[in-house]
Amino acid sequence: MWEKIKDFSSGFFVTGEPMIYGADVAIVLVSLAIVYVLTRYKKWGWLWREWLTTVDHKKIGIMYIIAALLMLFRGGVDALLMRTQLALPNQHFLDSNHYNEIFTTHGTIMILFMAMPLMFGLFNIAVPLQIGARDVAYPFLNAVSFWMFFFGALLFNLSFVIGGSPNAGWLSYPPLSEIPYSSGPGQNFYVWGINISGIGSTATGINFLVTILKMRAPGMKLMKMPLFTWSVLASCILIIFTFPVFTATLAMLYIDRFLGGHFFTMTGAGNPMMYINLIWMWGHPEVYIVVLPAFGIFSEVVATFSKKKIFGYKSMVFSLILISVISYFTWAHHFFTMGAGADVNTFFAIATMAIAIPTGVKIFNWLFTMYKGRIEFSQPMLWTIGFIVCFVIGGATGVMLSIAPADYQYHNSYFLIAHFHNTLIGGVVFAYLAGLIYWWPKMFGFKLNDRLGKWAFWFWNIGFYVCFLPQYALGFMGMTRRLYTYGWDRGWAPLNFVSTIGAFLMGIGFIFQAVQIIYSIKHGEKDTTGDPWNGRTLEWSIPSPAPHYNFAVVPYAPEQDAWWEMKKKMQDPDYKKEKVELEPIHMPKNTGIPFIMSFFWFIAGFGFTFEWVWMIVVGLIGVAATMFARSFQYDDDYYIPVEEIKETESAMGRVV
Amino acid sequence: MIQKWLKWLKVLPAAIFAAMTLAGCENYVVLQPKGPVAKTEYDLIVFSAIVCLGIILVVFALLFYIIWRYRDKPDNKAPYQPEWDDNKTIEIIWWAIPIVICMILGYSTAKTTYALAKGTGFHDSDKQPVTIQATSLDWKWLFTYPDDKVASVNEVVIPAGVPVKFELTTDAPMNSFWVPSLGGQIYTMPGMSMGLYLKADKPGVYYGSGANFSGEGFAHMKFKVIAKPENEYKQWVAQVKKSSPALTEKGYETLSKPGLTDKAFYSSYPNGLFEKIVKKNGGDFYKMHHMDTYKTHPDFGKDSMKDENGGSDMNMDMSH
Repeated sequence: MWEKIKDFSSGFFVTGEPMIYGADVAIVLVSLAIVYVLTRYKKWGWLWREWLTTVDHKKIGIMYIIAALLMLFRGGVDALLMRTQLALPNQHFLDSNHYNEIFTTHGTIMILFMAMPLMFGLFNIAVPLQIGARDVAYPFLNAVSFWMFFFGALLFNLSFVIGGSPNAGWLSYPPLSEIPYSSGPGQNFYVWGINISGIGSTATGINFLVTILKMRAPGMKLMKMPLFTWSVLASCILIIFTFPVFTATLAMLYIDRFLGGHFFTMTGAGNPMMYINLIWMWGHPEVYIVVLPAFGIFSEVVATFSKKKIFGYKSMVFSLILISVISYFTWAHHFFTMGAGADVNTFFAIATMAIAIPTGVKIFNWLFTMYKGRIEFSQPMLWTIGFIVCFVIGGATGVMLSIAPADYQYHNSYFLIAHFHNTLIGGVVFAYLAGLIYWWPKMFGFKLNDRLGKWAFWFWNIGFYVCFLPQYALGFMGMTRRLYTYGWDRGWAPLNFVSTIGAFLMGIGFIFQAVQIIYSIKHGEKDTTGDPWNGRTLEWSIPSPAPHYNFAVVPYAPEQDAWWEMKKKMQDPDYKKEKVELEPIHMPKNTGIPFIMSFFWFIAGFGFTFEWVWMIVVGLIGVAATMFARSFQYDDDYYIPVEEIKETESAMGRVV
Repeated sequence: MIQKWLKWLKVLPAAIFAAMTLAGCENYVVLQPKGPVAKTEYDLIVFSAIVCLGIILVVFALLFYIIWRYRDKPDNKAPYQPEWDDNKTIEIIWWAIPIVICMILGYSTAKTTYALAKGTGFHDSDKQPVTIQATSLDWKWLFTYPDDKVASVNEVVIPAGVPVKFELTTDAPMNSFWVPSLGGQIYTMPGMSMGLYLKADKPGVYYGSGANFSGEGFAHMKFKVIAKPENEYKQWVAQVKKSSPALTEKGYETLSKPGLTDKAFYSSYPNGLFEKIVKKNGGDFYKMHHMDTYKTHPDFGKDSMKDENGGSDMNMDMSH
């Protein structure tokens, strides 16, 4: 009996690495600490009522952001471990398998469990408030999306201590990811961690598309919407068309692995090229899914802190849509070197270059928004300027990569690595950090400390260039990605060493941000006005943090920059506030079903990962039962009485 | 405080530059082309880099001018027009400029892509190309020479000044065959035979590596390309035939098992080994999928077909 248990657990738990044991201990200690604190301060009920069962978009947004920042930490530690291993030639800090696991989880986590949830967090925080809505179109579905993401991410992260992490690269190309080469549960963790959260992402795409199309405040025509909302709309359209492809592709991979299918094995009349095509049909639009909202954030920030209307609004909207359309026609540029032939390569090369056109237009429009404005170097604006510098370099190297014959020399080299970090850190991460700082007062009612924030900004930026500029050069020296070690012979050592220093500088930047948040919780400047930046859009017209019904009275917003125009009118000496009658507000009730259902998905996913059929059955029955329960849940809404609205508003210093 | 750190900003580029020079110029293999393919790609890299650098500099100049001139300081006398948000003329200009740049880059991309696919510098060569087959294994490279019937592992010897047609496949997860000094890479894929023309202008030793991750031993999948003058190449073949062991079926089985090996040379190898590897990994199925391409191709059945499709052609190469 004892032997059996020993046998099982040595396969089940990851063993043999002191770092992993350390992590095991840390996980147990942190879990115990959380349980202790919740019990000691009698917070279990609070946790359940206020957070786990909430359908409030603002709280869901906050949970997304907390989870994403934790994932940024995890992915960042992965990055630092890799850079430590590569700092000098022939190091034995990580072995090959461990290194392979780490670059796989780094990529997967950063894109799917950091960038995506951080983006969804900002969607949730800002979109309903910008369009004058009281919640998203489907609040229940919104909670389902979050918890599916949460449990998907949890499942994926478990692989680190249980069963072993996937190690075939962040896109898991077959044949390497098929059973003959990756037989352990690692790849199954990958498939199910991503697919469970992927269902949530698709649902979020649908949810926000409908929210934006159907729930705008009266008067707000599509061409009067804030640009962030426009970018979310474009991003959601991409999500809806591409995530199903991704989910189906990974499902096919799992069928190959679990049921002996032959979708992606040549020997059974399948074809690995099909996987590579399908995964990039998702994968390329995916980078635009995350970068379009980034453009949206910059559009808001630039206009606000230049104290000037955005330049060329129509061009901005048109270029967003154009980018999202062209991004469907560029996927093959990820494999120019797989012998698709000159016709295909030329088509995809030129389509890829074409994306630079609307992107370039956006850059110029931001510049000309600043032109003849008054630029205030607040934290979000600093990140925006940092972004423009970084993204122009990343975009230029992107154009260089799009030139198919040149790409034969860049492909899979460090030139490529430097390029996509240039666009993903410089474009996406900088934007989300700018957005986070920008909307922070709206979420929590206080500003983030400026001084610490600027330190963080400089460490991130300087660290970035120190880390990634040498990698362009390493590409020219023939260094390929995913090498766990290298020798002294190729002259790669000095630049790798510099690059590692840069990575740690960025790590210090992250620490500054953590300190900034903790410090500001205690000492942050309170936002009593609801409009700390002299904002332009509707979210700044309500108190901070926003009351749970958002708008006591749904605003009439017929103009672009609706709140800016309202403020202008209010300055008129003849301005008289219209008297409006408050009405009871219709709101959705909290429900525990999204949490419970997603938990059963987690059970099923765990079963799928270890191929334990009984567990799959239990999980899926649970999922079906919770869906069944939901369809008989009739009592799912309520009205907030006028009295309560008045109380809430006056407590926040507002007269209605 | 931040001002102090800004001073560091000036030191850092110098440090990076120092590290880059320390790395030594001869190590920038992509920027030191040693054959016509790499040269063509290098020219395109340089051309596009100059164009892109131009764009970067213009945008940076504009950016820094604007943030300096329109900074929010009480004594800033620059004009402030908070409602100015539209100017059709300048918008048309910056829609037009990137379009023109993309057209220029697109034109040279298309031209070079087709030229490389035809096999740059091969049809004008009076020398008959040498065919060498490369198979990526876990985790080593096997080279077989169908013309000379010898084989080698992790080191490939080619005649300098003579075009070489590499035929590529894999008997393991896919990889990519990359010799930066001679030209860009093509993947090795299971069940497919891919083609890549390369030529070394001069004798020399060039660095080659697998460029696509293929598992645990991937980092060690490096190989040397040794270009020898034609007569020395012939001597080398004779030498290998005389003094090296033969690669048997059994020997291949052992070789193809996951693991690392040193370089090795073989006086012979099993007949049709490369074709068998392609077939074993699903080559027949691949042929089946692409039957239509075979039939409709105007050159179908002609011997010249292979050469003209050249470079990155995988559709036609299954016929042997």
